[in-house]
Amino acid sequence: MPVATLTEIPVKKQIRIALRNCGVINPEKIEDYIVRDGYFALGMVLSEMTPENAIGVIKDSGIRGRGGAGFPTGLKWEFASKSMSEQKYVVCNADEGDPGAFMDRSILEGDPHTVLEAMALCGYCIGANTGYIYIRAEYPLAIARLKTAISQAREFGFLGKSIFGSEFEFDIHLKYGAGAFVCGEETALIHSMEGLRGEPSLKPPFPSESGYLGKPTNVNNVETYANIPVIFLKGAEWFSGIGTEKSKGTKVFALAGKVNNVGLVEVPMGITLREVIFEIGGGIKDGKGFKAVQTGGPSGGCLTEKHLDTPIDYENLIACGSMMGSGGMIVMDEDDCMVSIAKFFLDFTVEESCGKCSPCRIGNKRLYELLDRICTGKGEMPDLDRLRNLSEVIKDTSLCGLGQSSPNPVLSTLNNFYHEYVSHVEDKKCQAGVCRDLLEYFIIEENCVGCTACARACPVGAISGERKEPHLINPDTCIKCGACLEKCKFDAVILR
Amino acid sequence: MDRVKLTIDGRAVEVPAGTTIYKAAKELGIDIPILCYMDLKDLNIENKPGGCRICVVEVEGRGNLASSCSTNVAAGMVVKTNSMRVINARRTVMELILSDHPKDCLSCAKSGNCDLQDMAVKLGIREIPGQEYAEMSTYRLDTSPSIIRELDKCIMCRRCETMCNDFQTVGALHAVNRGFESVVAPAFEMNLEHSPCTYCGQCVAVCPTGALTEVDHTSKVISALNDPTKTVVVQTAPAVRAALGEEFGMEPGTRVTGQMVSALRQLGFDYVFDTDFAADLTIMEEGTELLGRLTRFMEGDEEVKLPILTSCCPGWVNFFEYNYPEMKEIPSTARSPQQMFGSIAKSYFAEMIEVDRKDMVVISIMPCLAKKYECQREEFSVDGNPDVDYSITTRELAHLIKQANLDLAKLDSDDFDAPLGESSGAGVIFAATGGVIEAATRTAYEIYTGKVLEKVDFEQLRGMEGIRSAKVDFDGQEINIGIAHGLGNARKLLDDVKAGKSQYHAIEIMACPGGCIGGGGQPLHHGDASILKARARAIYAEDRDKPIRKSHENPYIKKLYEEFLGEPMSEKAHELLHTHYFDKRKKIFQV
Repeated sequence: MPVATLTEIPVKKQIRIALRNCGVINPEKIEDYIVRDGYFALGMVLSEMTPENAIGVIKDSGIRGRGGAGFPTGLKWEFASKSMSEQKYVVCNADEGDPGAFMDRSILEGDPHTVLEAMALCGYCIGANTGYIYIRAEYPLAIARLKTAISQAREFGFLGKSIFGSEFEFDIHLKYGAGAFVCGEETALIHSMEGLRGEPSLKPPFPSESGYLGKPTNVNNVETYANIPVIFLKGAEWFSGIGTEKSKGTKVFALAGKVNNVGLVEVPMGITLREVIFEIGGGIKDGKGFKAVQTGGPSGGCLTEKHLDTPIDYENLIACGSMMGSGGMIVMDEDDCMVSIAKFFLDFTVEESCGKCSPCRIGNKRLYELLDRICTGKGEMPDLDRLRNLSEVIKDTSLCGLGQSSPNPVLSTLNNFYHEYVSHVEDKKCQAGVCRDLLEYFIIEENCVGCTACARACPVGAISGERKEPHLINPDTCIKCGACLEKCKFDAVILR
Repeated sequence: MDRVKLTIDGRAVEVPAGTTIYKAAKELGIDIPILCYMDLKDLNIENKPGGCRICVVEVEGRGNLASSCSTNVAAGMVVKTNSMRVINARRTVMELILSDHPKDCLSCAKSGNCDLQDMAVKLGIREIPGQEYAEMSTYRLDTSPSIIRELDKCIMCRRCETMCNDFQTVGALHAVNRGFESVVAPAFEMNLEHSPCTYCGQCVAVCPTGALTEVDHTSKVISALNDPTKTVVVQTAPAVRAALGEEFGMEPGTRVTGQMVSALRQLGFDYVFDTDFAADLTIMEEGTELLGRLTRFMEGDEEVKLPILTSCCPGWVNFFEYNYPEMKEIPSTARSPQQMFGSIAKSYFAEMIEVDRKDMVVISIMPCLAKKYECQREEFSVDGNPDVDYSITTRELAHLIKQANLDLAKLDSDDFDAPLGESSGAGVIFAATGGVIEAATRTAYEIYTGKVLEKVDFEQLRGMEGIRSAKVDFDGQEINIGIAHGLGNARKLLDDVKAGKSQYHAIEIMACPGGCIGGGGQPLHHGDASILKARARAIYAEDRDKPIRKSHENPYIKKLYEEFLGEPMSEKAHELLHTHYFDKRKKIFQV
């Protein structure tokens, strides 16, 4: 099947701010970046603006953190700027960990200078002279390009002492993460930078008061930084003109799953899920029916048909029982089992919980076990109440954002697809045909010609029948290997 | 300081800004359940990871529940500690913790003394939903000479980590792995024996469950007592008498010296002696060594190294062997009182009663877990026969006494046997931080100046500050003394010595908070620092009541030197009462 080219995919609904240079410039040539107005914002701010004014621009733009929580970026900068300290730090969170999300990697690989420029801008605003990019070591190309970009920026005088002839001095270093999802949480990230165990600690104190090495630290995500230079160049008013009342600008989503066009899309806040999935995404694959869309990464919720026309912004997604997260968007069709989907995401959070607090450490494990029981036909109706109570308590009591959101896939599927749970538990059926333990191999008498191919293929002798007579599968002996289905040339063997 | 008004469970309270919700509730007499949180106020030890989530409360206007141990109050805050939402959440979290905890409470070493068990009782847990299919995390059992780690019982409260890293700076224990497999363990999940663990036992002292316990030798003691061919000799460390009563429901700080002696005699020990006697002996040796080094130093001998460091504490000895092996010539070579006792018991006393050392079993009752390791050191044995056969803790002694159907409170007071049971008040105060150096000062002063010390109480050397310093006037010669308890504090003093910045002539170091009274083998303080203070008061009271308060005036010590050792630091004393240290740095993580 031919791959759709950029021109074939509707781009009219997309606005590229964070991704403006990705795929357009050679990321290894600083000149390319400069040609596209690179480092102009830094030059302008350093020569024309006080840090207070510059923070004012960011505040006025209304931009909120793109890492997941959506905290107003300008406010964060202001807190850090007001913390009194000789030494402050600017940190870029490039510990992108959501499965299937790669917007940060794309920016770092495709436009590394924009992040460097934004970090320098942030350094000027908050009064820091050192920046760190905490990047997962599994991104070797991004690391290589960042290294190239940093040395070029130093050569051109955009990093180092007296930048643009001002008194401002700033440099950036890399710190590698070992690939822990929880290190995307800013306090865990800082602990990891310090060489400690990557686990979150309670806030307050916020990093803006006491962060890296106990000094005021501003942590922003890659995508957030990628917006910053443009905001200075085009103005706060321009930026805040895009989006909804409370969520300004654009958001990059990693569109994946059962849609025709998968990949990164950058859309204005306020666009509907329907527009993203059916117009930009080109609808559901193979003409199947839409079932759900999961937003916000592994701890987001699964939304349904009824949410498709909701304008996407931070508040709306939370109100629907999901979240913005870092922008994962996984589309599911009628072949997807929602209980299995919830179990899949729980499997991820069980692996990635840091283990510090008991609800997340033990609770997620118990959620997973309950889901597994339901998927394997061992579930009982009281399990559904337990699932709900446990999910709510984990959200209510966990120490950090990971545990506070990890039950979302369970709660949202319980809310939106309760009937699927009930049919797994009461009827021991998986309508989507995903939960193997709830399915049986069956021979349709009318279709069976008695060729014996299935019986010969069966490794456990579960199939009986005379030659040229319809055959029968003994469900008690069957190990559900699927060999019979594979061998049958007459569509007589089915899974039901 | 700014004060903040808030409402908790409908009642108004005003507390200083910066107070936690948990502490503000305490002001109102509202006892919010806590599990991982631990606050040893006077020692500046606080464990506040906010990890167990048992102490959650509802704060009006806040989306999720707040952990009260680690959330500060704010003006106008409205807190509910007992709403249905809170009660359900707390209970569910407790059920989760219990669902990953073994249920062998009846045979657990911590049964009846377990914070987790108490919490299950308090919250009225009657069942653990889904237990039958809940996977439990399992880890391999780790047994060391002193400490057993049964990590299936670890609830990740991190108290041990706080003690081991923040307070002791030993760094043997850290959270490892992630998610459901998270547990506190030495690096690379190696055994404690291959880590830099000093066996100070502070992890055991604060562990809320049976995850960390001492190696129990009570059955070995019972066997020895029942072996008619053995002469069983017991020695009791000074700190034991100030804490043993707690195991029998007495107030902290109750002195039970006489009853303890009675109990030991009833248990069947042939000779009930006192480690305090050996403490006096330690002063004779260590004090003489100090004076010798001091005199040579004053005379300009450049080979002499000062300060001299005390060496009675086996946790501390382990600590410098691992962390400061290049300075192993600096501590006093005097063995600890436990080992001096064993050595004298199996030589001088064995000869006296005409018993072969192989037929003598020496048991020590210690407030300490490192003592278990110390008595197993090769250098403290003769032809494979250890000077001290088994060391048991105060807690283990309590178990022995209870097993023998004895009620400590109702026992008559009895006296130690002679000759190794007599001691001065100086020997007693070894139990508290500053005590060893005070005891040494009492003797060293008189020997150095040739004058009688009028006032034997050196108040300036006492207290609970982690690091203390004091000057003592030796008749015109000022002696600078440093004192540290807790190995983290010791490290600070040691770093100064290493950097050549130390002003001290002598330094006393004890590994545990408060000294031996806060040892890893003592009755559990459950995070209450006032218990340690009460024990210290009992020790100083015992000293005051002693007719003899200076080690060198102990008539049995004098006799020991006359009849057997000759004089302090003699060749025989060196052989029996002194030791040498090892560089253990390279042994860390080498299997």
